[in-house]
Amino acid sequence: MDLKEKLISSFWAFENHQDEDTYLHNIRTEAIKTFENHGFPTKKEEAWKYTSLNSILKNDYSVFPKQENTIEYNDVKKYFIHDIDTYKIVFIDGKYASHLSQTTHDGMDICLMSSALSKPKYRILVENYFNKIAKKDSLTSLNTAFSNEGAYIHIPKNKMVAKPIQIIHFSTGNESATMLQPRNLIVVDENSHLQIIERHQSLTVNPVLTNSVTELYINKRAIVDYYKIQNDTLDASLIDNTYINQKQESICSVHTFSFGGKLTRNNLNFYQHGEGINSILKGVSIIGDKQHVDHNTLVHHTEPNCESHQDYKGVFGENSTGVFNGKIIVNKEAQKTNAFQSNKNILISDKATINTKPQLEIFADDVKCSHGCTIGQLDENALFYLRSRGIPEKEAKALLMYAFSNNVLNSVKIPEIKQRINKIIANKLGVNIGFDL
Amino acid sequence: MNKYTEDDLREELKTKEYEYGFYTDIESDTFPVGLNEDIVKAISLKKEEPQWMTNWRLEAFKAWKEMTEPEWANVHYVKPDFQAISYYSAPNSKPKYNSLDEVDPELLATFAKLGISIDEQKKLSNVAMDVVVDSVSVATTFKKTLGEKGIIFMSISEAIKEHPELVKKYIGSVVPQKDNFYAALNSAVFSDGSFCYIPKGVHCPMELSTYFRINQAGTGQFERTLVIADEGSYVSYLEGCTAPSRDENQLHAAVVELIALDNAEIKYSTVQNWYPGNAEGKGGVYNFVTKRGLCETNAKISWTQVETGSAVTWKYPSCVLKGDNSVGEFYSIAVTNNYQQADTGTKMIHLGKNTKSTIISKGISAGKSQNSYRGLVKISPNADNTRNFSQCDSLLMGNECGAHTFPYIEAKNKTARIEHEATTSKIGEDQIFYCNQRGISTEKAIALIVNGFSKDVLNKLPMEFAVEAQKLLEISLEGSVG
Repeated sequence: MDLKEKLISSFWAFENHQDEDTYLHNIRTEAIKTFENHGFPTKKEEAWKYTSLNSILKNDYSVFPKQENTIEYNDVKKYFIHDIDTYKIVFIDGKYASHLSQTTHDGMDICLMSSALSKPKYRILVENYFNKIAKKDSLTSLNTAFSNEGAYIHIPKNKMVAKPIQIIHFSTGNESATMLQPRNLIVVDENSHLQIIERHQSLTVNPVLTNSVTELYINKRAIVDYYKIQNDTLDASLIDNTYINQKQESICSVHTFSFGGKLTRNNLNFYQHGEGINSILKGVSIIGDKQHVDHNTLVHHTEPNCESHQDYKGVFGENSTGVFNGKIIVNKEAQKTNAFQSNKNILISDKATINTKPQLEIFADDVKCSHGCTIGQLDENALFYLRSRGIPEKEAKALLMYAFSNNVLNSVKIPEIKQRINKIIANKLGVNIGFDL
Repeated sequence: MNKYTEDDLREELKTKEYEYGFYTDIESDTFPVGLNEDIVKAISLKKEEPQWMTNWRLEAFKAWKEMTEPEWANVHYVKPDFQAISYYSAPNSKPKYNSLDEVDPELLATFAKLGISIDEQKKLSNVAMDVVVDSVSVATTFKKTLGEKGIIFMSISEAIKEHPELVKKYIGSVVPQKDNFYAALNSAVFSDGSFCYIPKGVHCPMELSTYFRINQAGTGQFERTLVIADEGSYVSYLEGCTAPSRDENQLHAAVVELIALDNAEIKYSTVQNWYPGNAEGKGGVYNFVTKRGLCETNAKISWTQVETGSAVTWKYPSCVLKGDNSVGEFYSIAVTNNYQQADTGTKMIHLGKNTKSTIISKGISAGKSQNSYRGLVKISPNADNTRNFSQCDSLLMGNECGAHTFPYIEAKNKTARIEHEATTSKIGEDQIFYCNQRGISTEKAIALIVNGFSKDVLNKLPMEFAVEAQKLLEISLEGSVG
């Protein structure tokens, strides 16, 4: 039985365990039908031209973990941003781990998708927002069909959330390969501020496949900073689907740090509805081995006077493959749009590959849109300069690569994250650069 | 004097018909509509082709039957009915002429209307013309001058008879029969085209040129061009098109193959001005062309194109940089107006070491048109020290048109240096104001600005074409900015 069939039959088993709820039942059944019709995407689809899922789909994933595993905080402390006070929503093998988490209902809801879906008091929000902007493509639909757990965050008007929220998914997968499908719903009302840190971490050598969907609604003048830290093991793969709906004058930045994982695919979609919106997409990928990172972004400008800024940097070593597929669409109503897209890459190995496809689709005339992409090497002269000052070659290269990716880090607002990323970069490059980056 | 307002201009343009839209009444020898093996055989027989050529066509036809029409391009159109096209049409006035006097006077008048009187061309400019009307070469000039240098410049059907060894060796070597749907169709049914061979070390003394026209109602034109530049030679080849206006869509599926052997250089320039359809988007030519060049060691191929016509354009002149140190260039201006759609760009396939490619693409969209750049830069693992620079600029006029960029970059070598940049903008009001202030009318100002925008590409055209191209740009964009 291949994975597709297994998922479909598990779905019906799963659905029969759910409470009678026609509204959600209809959404789920429709979603599984979409998945059944389309199946997993193949390289024949334009959006998946450079990323093949074949290698990760052949594992026999267990869709529902048989036994519950618990982990001690001290064992996994290093995966948290632990030096600052944060809200935490932690899952182990897709199940909520209350002893590691810190949630709240005090003036805002930072809690669980499962309770949002089941409790009547959340019903209006669920009906207004759940599965509304998520694309109806096969992988998102697959997640929708199985959606029962994840983070649910609702920040009411005029609220400055003092602490960042960490959403962490651990997989222990003791018995076999595991497939996880977390589903997050985040609604930020007018004028509120929110910071989110998201991480997926495998604690096992068994393969893990995560197909995550996040829907993020940002209302007028709200500000959201989203940090995705992807530094997983070589057996873990992640397909991350994020859909962001922005209202007027809101600002949203998403930083994606891809340092690990067998296959990482980020589908990041911004839909702008309103004027004066700013969307910021930043990413750093530093990978080696046989890793594969694919950034697939979409920014859809529909109204005038909006901005978007994309800046993705990549350093690819060994047999790794990097893909960037960015798309900007400017509707004809969206005059005075400023949309920028930049993708810069360094190949440091003969066997590494870069495929990049920055696209513009523009229907309005009074716009400033540009994209640029480069593939190159470290500057020989700069390297020579550093070496002539007594810096060994390895460190000199690391310094240059650090400098290359640094400007993406500049816009990170939480210093602890910046430090953490710096450490990961230094670690990735295998050097002790000698100063606290 | 009455002030000439934009409204007047708009009015004038509405009524202005396609300038080159006339239809010459020459008796034609046309095949019945439809496509099957017999038609392919009949075309081959008609052209008195040897057996290997017939087989080659049949092979292509077999492949074509298995293929489906590609749909990935960013264009929307009613698919042509391949069984409703007549695949062969040749002017009846045969046989070939030794001098221009013998040519059908009506045909000569046609050329005069187009402004390409052979007589004048022959005397005044240093251009040898292989004039193609509805697929059969009617007059070839300067053959003698070229012959002295050993240059072979003739129609491909003649070449199949006279130089079978060259044709057999190179035809389909760059664009195989099975390359794509339209290339396969072309390989099966191509009626005529140009063949050019430049021997070793010869610098072709003049610009070679062909004019293609679609003349007969309801006939598709399937041109096949093969240019071979032997070691160390140089040739500049010009191709230009104008087509009479027709209401039903006409199909143009050409194949151009360029082969530049060691140290050779080919410069291939195109001005394309097929009938774009009227202001409501009715009619117009479908231009689905496969153009590709192969560069051996130290060779260089340079494509320059000015695309102003056709209702739908689907065209990617490409370079396969096979030899070390070879160079590929692509300079393009694509102008779309009214309901025109263009999906054009290039492919640069870097296989050899130290290969270089440059892509400069300027897209100008006006009216309700859609203009896309689609390009591929591919660096293979063995292509060390390759260099690519791509620049795609789009200019939008009005907010009903669209400009799109779809670059694909695939790098598998760490020493590759690739740069790609694209911008989209409109003509600034301040720029127009500046011109107005100096007494330049808005219409002229726009022409001036567009010219400046496209200068990088216009500069690459041979002199004779540059002037024509500039004129074409103006004609294509008249009245598009209000």
